[in-house]
Amino acid sequence: MHMADALLTPAVGVAMWAASAGAIAYCSAKVRRELDDRKTPLMGVLGAFLFAAQMINFTIPATGSSGHLGGGLLLAILLGPHAAFLTIASVLVVQAMLFADGGLLALGCNIFNIGFIPAFVVYPFIYKKLIGNNPGKKRLMIVTMISAIVGLQLGPFSVVLETLFSGISSLPFSTFVLLMQPIHLAIGVIEGLVTVAVISFVSRVRPDILQCALEARPIGARPVRNLVLTFLMAALLAGGIVSWFASKNPDGLEWAIAKATGKEELKGPEQGLHRVLAALQEKTALMPDYSFKMPVEPVKNEMKPENGHKSDNGEKLGTTVSGLLGTLIVLALAYLSGSILNNRKRTL
Amino acid sequence: MTSIDGALLDFKRLDQLAEGDTTIHRLDPRAKVLATVVFIVSVISFGKYELTALIPFFLFPMLMVAFGNLPPGYVVKKILLLCPFVLMVGIFNPFIDRVVLVRLGSFGVTGGMISFASIIIRAALTVGISIILVSVTGFTDICRALERMGMPRAFSVQLLFLHRYIFVLAEEGGRISRARQLRSFDGRGLGIKIHGSLLGHFLLRTWLRAERIHMAMLARGFAGQFHSRHEHRFGSREILFLLGWSTLFITFRLHNGSQLLGSILTGIFP
Repeated sequence: MHMADALLTPAVGVAMWAASAGAIAYCSAKVRRELDDRKTPLMGVLGAFLFAAQMINFTIPATGSSGHLGGGLLLAILLGPHAAFLTIASVLVVQAMLFADGGLLALGCNIFNIGFIPAFVVYPFIYKKLIGNNPGKKRLMIVTMISAIVGLQLGPFSVVLETLFSGISSLPFSTFVLLMQPIHLAIGVIEGLVTVAVISFVSRVRPDILQCALEARPIGARPVRNLVLTFLMAALLAGGIVSWFASKNPDGLEWAIAKATGKEELKGPEQGLHRVLAALQEKTALMPDYSFKMPVEPVKNEMKPENGHKSDNGEKLGTTVSGLLGTLIVLALAYLSGSILNNRKRTL
Repeated sequence: MTSIDGALLDFKRLDQLAEGDTTIHRLDPRAKVLATVVFIVSVISFGKYELTALIPFFLFPMLMVAFGNLPPGYVVKKILLLCPFVLMVGIFNPFIDRVVLVRLGSFGVTGGMISFASIIIRAALTVGISIILVSVTGFTDICRALERMGMPRAFSVQLLFLHRYIFVLAEEGGRISRARQLRSFDGRGLGIKIHGSLLGHFLLRTWLRAERIHMAMLARGFAGQFHSRHEHRFGSREILFLLGWSTLFITFRLHNGSQLLGSILTGIFP
């Protein structure tokens, strides 16, 4: 489930970007230090494999629908967390750029939900803990299954949180969670089945690959814990800075520009008052119930009638009309310029 | 089956478009990437109920399409395949948020409708601009630009590798899938059991391929980085492009362009 730009605010998007970029930098350094340059082509080609494998569907009996592999867990099992994380992140970058799946700002969120969670949460804390050193067939199957399901519960849950923190969608928390989690329980079971099938096939035909992955220096809890902590800190810091900026000034960008150009005094007093009120609201909204209250109550905005007095209703209508009219004109102009440019190209 | 081939064709089309040679194509990729970032952040930073102020932002993608000599139909078609997730989440807004914000005659436009429309427009703008960025720059050049702006080399090598082999492996995946379908009668053999060993075989073949590639690369003196034929320079043209567009985006962000134009006109013709 890919998060999309349209549902994000800059604070959330930038925070997740900072965190994901940090994790990528860390893993890149780690993979380079391992000095196993056999892994370079392996990671690249396995990323492409993931792409191709996602396109091959299988039918799900009795439902008439079809499913495919997600692959995060599979890569983590085969390559270890660092290389797997880089591979999944690269697949997501390609999907965002070439298929416009999600969007460029949402990339940070997607890398976290689909890459970080299986590689650095599920793999070390669930898969690795339960699998032991020499797992039997049954154990391998059950542990893989559990890991897949947990991964596909955590990922969508963080999609829910990111959407709610952004507050662009009006869906209340409970409804959203009830929508997302059961669907992804089913998807998780399917992912588990496919991963088990592929892993058990590989363990039959080329047991050395799995053995190699299992025996690779067990990643101790400490470096991973450090990484998780660093990740959290980076996200909190970036998110904190951006949202502090946004709450202190209802419109961070606007404030920055006003400051830079010294145009603040041009704004009318009513707008100034409104801004102060909005700042107050934003400040109170930033308290603990930030995410859970915002979506339920519609965010206060200039356009909301309760905010304005009765007397400026007419004025409001006026702005609306001119807004609509202006939009139409902009569209017409855009269309016109587009067709003129097109004609010019044809005559050239 | 057809979808795999279709996706591949789509993919190749993007790469072909990036081969173009227009003023926009010749710009240093870094300028285009940075301008896109400013664009996306400006669009995303609007409030939930903003609608009219978003419209002027269409200027940038449209000019890029025109000057980059891209086929507009293709870009529009790709935008229309909007991420279904956005629709799924956004569609609830009109039902949940029923506060009437604007009345047009007897018809009350609710906050939910406005925010839903706003989500759709944001999605069209952000998705559109990323498609346009890739088709006027090319994936490889974007990777190099990101690397020069500080992306770790290991990750950029990974991205370039991935991009190179997607074509090879997706074709192979398409062949496998087609072969399976041709041998299946009455839907037998399309289930999860065969799928597992099918993917397993595919995985092992890929693994062996990676080992061969590695040896071939070593034989040709690979030392951890790819080399490029093009050398881009961040000159005055790039500075002008980046500063000009960024200023415009920030102006559009601060002043509702549609509203301004509309109020000027309603002022003239009361």
